[in-house]
Amino acid sequence: MRPATPSSDDITAIIAAHSGLEGPLLPMLHALQDAFGFVPQTAHAPICDALNISKAELHGVISFYHDFRDAPAGRHVVKICRAEACQAMGGAALAESVLAKLGLDWHGTTRNGAITIEPVYCLGLCACAPAAMVDDRVVGRVDAAKLDKFLAEAGA
Amino acid sequence: MKDFIIPPMDWKDERDMGTPAKVGAPVTLSIDGFDVTVPEGTSVMRAAAEAGIQVPKLCATDSLDAFGSCRLCVVEIEGRRGTPASCTTPVAPGMVVRTQSDSVRKIRKGVMELYISDHPLDCLTCSANGDCELQDMAGAVGLRDVRYTAPDGGGLANHFAARNTSGEANPEWRPKDDSNPYFSYDASKCIVCNRCVRACEEVQGTFALTIEGRGFDSRVSFGAKTDDALASDCVSCGACVQACPTATLQEKSVIEMGTPDRAVVTTCAYCGVGCSFKAEMQGDQLVRMVPYKHGKANRGHSCVKGRFAYGYASHKDRILNPMIRDRISDPWREVSWDEALGFAAKKMRGIQAEYGQKSIGVITSSRCTNEETYLVQKLARAVFGNNNTDTCARVCHSPTGYGLGQTFGTSAGTQDFDSVEHTDVVIVIGANPTDGHPVFASRLKKRLRAGAKLIVIDPRRIDLVKSAHVKAAHHLPLRPGTNVAVVTALAHVIVTEGLMDEAFIRERCDWDEFQDYAAFVSDPRHSPEANELLTGVPSAELREAARLFATGGNGAIYYGLGVTEHSQGSTTVMSIANLAMLTGNLGRPGVGVNPLRGQNNVQGACDMGSFPHELPGYRHVKNDDVRDLFKSVWGVEIDSEPGLRIPNMLDAAVDGTFKGLYCQGEDILQSDPDTKHVAAGLAAMECVIVHDLFLNETANYAHVFLPGSTFLEKDGTFTNAERRINRVREVMKPRNGYADWEITQKLANAMGANWSYMHPSQIMDEIALTTPSFAGVSYTVLEEKGSVQWPCNEAHPDGTPLMHVDGFVRGKGRFIVTEYVATDEKTGPRFPLLLTTGRILSQYNVGAQTRRTENVVWHEADLLEIHPHDAENRGINEGDYIKLASRSGETSLRAKITDRVSPGVVYTTFHHPDTQANVITTDYSDWATNCPEYKVTAVQVSPSNGPSEWQEDYAAQAAQARRILPAAE
Repeated sequence: MRPATPSSDDITAIIAAHSGLEGPLLPMLHALQDAFGFVPQTAHAPICDALNISKAELHGVISFYHDFRDAPAGRHVVKICRAEACQAMGGAALAESVLAKLGLDWHGTTRNGAITIEPVYCLGLCACAPAAMVDDRVVGRVDAAKLDKFLAEAGA
Repeated sequence: MKDFIIPPMDWKDERDMGTPAKVGAPVTLSIDGFDVTVPEGTSVMRAAAEAGIQVPKLCATDSLDAFGSCRLCVVEIEGRRGTPASCTTPVAPGMVVRTQSDSVRKIRKGVMELYISDHPLDCLTCSANGDCELQDMAGAVGLRDVRYTAPDGGGLANHFAARNTSGEANPEWRPKDDSNPYFSYDASKCIVCNRCVRACEEVQGTFALTIEGRGFDSRVSFGAKTDDALASDCVSCGACVQACPTATLQEKSVIEMGTPDRAVVTTCAYCGVGCSFKAEMQGDQLVRMVPYKHGKANRGHSCVKGRFAYGYASHKDRILNPMIRDRISDPWREVSWDEALGFAAKKMRGIQAEYGQKSIGVITSSRCTNEETYLVQKLARAVFGNNNTDTCARVCHSPTGYGLGQTFGTSAGTQDFDSVEHTDVVIVIGANPTDGHPVFASRLKKRLRAGAKLIVIDPRRIDLVKSAHVKAAHHLPLRPGTNVAVVTALAHVIVTEGLMDEAFIRERCDWDEFQDYAAFVSDPRHSPEANELLTGVPSAELREAARLFATGGNGAIYYGLGVTEHSQGSTTVMSIANLAMLTGNLGRPGVGVNPLRGQNNVQGACDMGSFPHELPGYRHVKNDDVRDLFKSVWGVEIDSEPGLRIPNMLDAAVDGTFKGLYCQGEDILQSDPDTKHVAAGLAAMECVIVHDLFLNETANYAHVFLPGSTFLEKDGTFTNAERRINRVREVMKPRNGYADWEITQKLANAMGANWSYMHPSQIMDEIALTTPSFAGVSYTVLEEKGSVQWPCNEAHPDGTPLMHVDGFVRGKGRFIVTEYVATDEKTGPRFPLLLTTGRILSQYNVGAQTRRTENVVWHEADLLEIHPHDAENRGINEGDYIKLASRSGETSLRAKITDRVSPGVVYTTFHHPDTQANVITTDYSDWATNCPEYKVTAVQVSPSNGPSEWQEDYAAQAAQARRILPAAE
């Protein structure tokens, strides 16, 4: 289980474990997100202090990478590809129907905290478009039925 | 009177060359058929600009390193594939470049079309209309059409339209950020060229800006996600605004007034860095100040004060008519200039008749020009017939004058500011450059980011100790008042570990004196370990710092008032000079002893003979030959007795022997120590003439008020901390009617002199005639060269950027033994804490100018910094009103709890008269020069619930004294 609220001791320990690396910021952010599921706001000042960077620079880096979160995601994350090949194979309609069904917008999380829906731009599965990614698993040739099945399993 | 027009000169060539200049071996290449020779490492873009060919560009500007993002500057290079960006491509011998061809033209047009597809086309009503590089480049590439338009019924994503054609809000659009008082950020006009972000990083070194997001979501962002410009780390230096090619970051004054139509190069009137600015004007209205790229002190950079805080010049508090009154309890009466000057002259002559020739004196201003200062001291010496002249350098850098004079033979910093680019190890002692000398701090930080090491000796953890991308190798947080012990301990380590530069010492210094000095510092009682208890500096850290300075390459020492404003101020200056000689760090770029002067012309005021014992050029009044020289020019006998220093004037006033004072552009009541004593002295005088922009605190005790002119309203020169004589130019006529030098001349003539200067250039000619180090200075030379550093004379016709290159001015450098003597100001049970005082970035000195600008959003009141431990002991919480008391007096202000100060030390600023931090400071002073000990006062801090009795009485007296009678019908 992930801790509900990251403690400052945990944050300090993760930062300290990575500050000796060359190019420490990204490994540090990854480690924080791995530990807490997101990069907590309370970690920003200690990161800036440890790496002697400004809060603007940190914001620039975190916001550059879409996968860094500033709040925890749902228990499961579904990413639907929005790139050209998948759109051509009906990905856009599929995405819209999923969003409508869950009553969410992109990046939204269901009320029960089960699922977060995110757009992604190319999973490298163009040959099997439309593609999606469910947690750490990529899925090719998705259709409404496949997704519905997963959504039901996940408790949406 | 002749107004000077700047001639078209090389130093005035303001073209943007695209990328920074380089130094290196010459490389010849061909650009559009022209052969061009430029230094190795130069970009193709800059080489083309040198040849007079401007390659279209958006993301490049010559204050920033090339970035290569806009793709507008592509060129063809023979033998290379594709179309490389000319900004990021360095020149190579024999390279053949074509900046124009059908194919690059097509690329540029295509790039421009994409830019414009996401840019509003409201050029006619845009604040940058006529001053927009995007507009210029659209013209340069011949853009005639933008094909990317929204299809019928559909919307194209853009950042500039608040709503689409159906009236739906555009999620990509963001409202303007107007939180900064001086500039606005309008994201809808941004082309994400990164120039602002790079300016904040490379030029200013604050890193307050970033690009957030990626791709289409990229935009400029101040600070963290939720910050606006004001809440971010932004210090409002304006470098981003200057770098912005569009109206995205724009001065509010330009938004309000429109673009300027003319520009005059002049010099900032704030700190001792002496930045050159272009005052950009519409008629007689100042639209904006833009740092001048060829200014040799600032190299195109500025701080929030210089660029933005000029609003005081037109503030409603400014007094524009002369005023007089018989008693200080009377209200002021506005009168004509003739009446005011006649009244003043009659009173001053009356006092002299009754109390003697030496019963009156002057205080010259470090904010006025050299010419004005020269006239004021001349007024004392030639018209009053005494040497009663002093200046505010008495209370800041007089120990520098004495200490450096004794050791090196001249009273000034040894380097120019460019020198910092060559330094390897910097000691900053008793100075807070990011607040006090921000433009120098930016240049220093740039060098530190490039690898130079920093040692900070300061009781407070100043920003330089640790801030984005800057970290001091060593911070020695000494107890206030122990400078001499710490610097001597550094010397102890260097001498005992044999790290000194013996060859330099043997060649350049007096070897016998060095032997004495070496024996003195080698004594174990000067070791870091022996002094650890006294200074509070860990001995191991101090040893490491000493080794780093002695062995780390070019070592430079920069210091400020934290060195001078002590009872041993002069001793510390000497110990710093010793340290520089000991390590051979003098006489070349990147080294030296560099006092950071507080005020714009404090160097000049000292040079111009403002001190009671020295005629212009630091020549003692007892010297017959010097007096004879001035006698021959001025036609009067000069008194051979030194006159009174400021504290002596006040003491004599209290004793009843000093009765009249002409005080130009200085607020001694607020800036001098022990306010109550100053007030008593002023109150005891019969005629106090205050010559200032505002009814300052001293004017509460004045009988005559002569309205002053601002630096925008007169011609003259300021001399900055690097001895650089910079021109100040009249950009508008004086609103009060006369420039300050004219007013001093009128006062002199009302007292019977017969002065007839028509222009400050004539005063400079007289200075050159009488003062050897200025012999080669004239307005013609300054027009030609832009600026010169004194000494400028026959031996150095171009001025002297570096002093003591081949030998010290006094001959052999002199080591002086610097024994630590504790100040008499000691903590005890009643006053257990040590108060030290300083500055903040947004405010300047007594705040008379900056408090009357929007700068107050950053600092609206003085706060007392106190360590959490000391605060907790006293039950003090953040923001509480507290009483600050010393043996001299007490005041109250709000507390700020911070570990920037050590336990036992508290800190405040003195920018606000309602706090009057100088009620607290004592009258202890430097043993040699009487420079007051502002930096050490034993105090107690206790909770309070409002202003002290003194503050209330003072406010009431000030309100009473500032009444002005309505003008007679």
